Amino acid sequence: MGMTVVEKILARASGRQSVAAGETVEPAVDVAMSHENAALVINQFMEIYQGTGLEPKVWDPSRIAIIFDHRVPAESAKTATNQKKVRDFVAHQGITRFHDIRGDEGGICHQILAESGYVRPGFVVAGTDSHTTTHGALGAFALGIGATEMASVWALGLLLNVEVPATIKVVIDGRLGPCVGAKDLILHLIGRISAQGANFKVIEFHGETVRSLPTSGRLVLCNMSVEAGATSGIVPGDEETLRFLRDDAGVRDGVDPVVPDPDAVYDRVVMIDASSLSPQIACPHAVDNVKPVESVRGVKVDQIVIGSCTNGRLEDLAAAAGILRKRKIARNVRMLVFPASWRVYREALRRGILADLMEAGAVIMNPGCGCCLGIHQGALADGDVALSTTNRNFLGRMGNPKAEIYLCSPEVAAASALTGVISDPRTGV
Amino acid sequence: MSGNANTGATPAEYTVVMVLGDDVSTDAIYPGRFMATVLPSETPQYAFADHPEFRALIRDGKLPPRSVIVAGSNFGCGSSREQAVSCLRGHDLTVIARSFGRIFLQNAVNLGLRAITCPGIEVQKGDRLEIAADSVLDRTTGKRFAVRPLPPTKQAMMEAGGLIPYTRRRLLERR
Repeated sequence: MGMTVVEKILARASGRQSVAAGETVEPAVDVAMSHENAALVINQFMEIYQGTGLEPKVWDPSRIAIIFDHRVPAESAKTATNQKKVRDFVAHQGITRFHDIRGDEGGICHQILAESGYVRPGFVVAGTDSHTTTHGALGAFALGIGATEMASVWALGLLLNVEVPATIKVVIDGRLGPCVGAKDLILHLIGRISAQGANFKVIEFHGETVRSLPTSGRLVLCNMSVEAGATSGIVPGDEETLRFLRDDAGVRDGVDPVVPDPDAVYDRVVMIDASSLSPQIACPHAVDNVKPVESVRGVKVDQIVIGSCTNGRLEDLAAAAGILRKRKIARNVRMLVFPASWRVYREALRRGILADLMEAGAVIMNPGCGCCLGIHQGALADGDVALSTTNRNFLGRMGNPKAEIYLCSPEVAAASALTGVISDPRTGV
Repeated sequence: MSGNANTGATPAEYTVVMVLGDDVSTDAIYPGRFMATVLPSETPQYAFADHPEFRALIRDGKLPPRSVIVAGSNFGCGSSREQAVSCLRGHDLTVIARSFGRIFLQNAVNLGLRAITCPGIEVQKGDRLEIAADSVLDRTTGKRFAVRPLPPTKQAMMEAGGLIPYTRRRLLERR
């Protein structure tokens, strides 16, 4: 019987000829990623060794990546102390893929993993962050796990309890219209299958639209697959994957894409016609409350956010700058931009993108996650409405349960910044 | 931990203290702004921090032993933050839901929070429940609801007392 991409990956990682959905396997982990919550992982890791007489030593320090991104620079003594504890552990254990608070190699964990070439097709990537699904864009099986499970991975190098997920095949065909992109595709999909439509399953992306998307767009698709409940999103590796890894991520050694068998068994198939899509908006307070921009136009907004592991890449900032160049955002909005990494920040600086955004009235922030989940800067006032390119609009997500959050693409965010109300970027604002 | 623990003449009675809908996210269970607090001994104070009903239960001391939260489908969706599990575990709560988000359910197993999948559950606040391995009986209404058992590996992890002792055993077996 044929296998899906994820079945092939899990078979290889478990040392088996084949696996099928529903079986439980113990795959070896290729990349184990954490951010500030490594502080909790360390606690749990130490507890595992308690009373064993064994020295607490991670299974392979070269496969662990730790990136500070949730609260950078530290907003409190408590966070600073947690970060220090992680720094000491990293030094003691000899962990090399450590990205501290630095303008040369820092940034949001998911962007760092991708742009540093840590992820390859066929890898098993586990991260203590639900948006670890992002790395399926490079043909990996990539899943979010809790801190205690990561402690177990650090000790054994294995995930002890993976039930091979069934795979939903999503086929996207058709040419994208102007100002419609990957964010609109994934919001549309989530709206269609619901926030739990892919629970305990994998979404495998196919179709000519997906093949023609650059890796930056594929990262958006897989990043938000978790918002439909997916264990991982995945785009089978192809020429574009190899190009990205070679040219943008500096990978020099051989890379083998993993593709599904022609007779692979899928849970179901979802077809999407990209050519018929408008820009999509996820309305409060659920990511699957998705509407075309036409039916949300005119909603007054107070804060515009462009950035995050979802839409903080160079392409996103450039798209926004293209709309805002030599214009001014409305007086009644605040616009916050936080690039996905310092590398993205520097490149946007070099190209004049950041200057365009600032001259329009935007504030450029440190690369980081803080604003997206309401833990570090950019808090909303009671009654505020935010329009954001981030990935979640749950009640209270941005730090205030008395505020509302709409999610959208960078183009919609930029067009709406000019008018102060949710606007359609296609209608010449 | 098991529902069979009380096999005497009168099985233990649980009380439904709160009934929630679908898609309760980990942001609702444990808001992000408290995430710098990580220790299981400290997280319970922030459980459902923005949820007036739950805060009132804590304030009024109405979380007696064997309190149960009953939820709809996809409970614990969203973030992988483990505090969302440890904060409920700290209040010694049981959660019964029609279904759970994947990471939340795994975290619950890992930390030993009793999370019971009961696809047809339909109860009211204040109802008295009897919880067995294969079903939940609402003693108030007399209705019985089937439980979807955990897969064997998750069951074994629960029985080992969670993922930490389970991993410790594996580590020692390797020597």
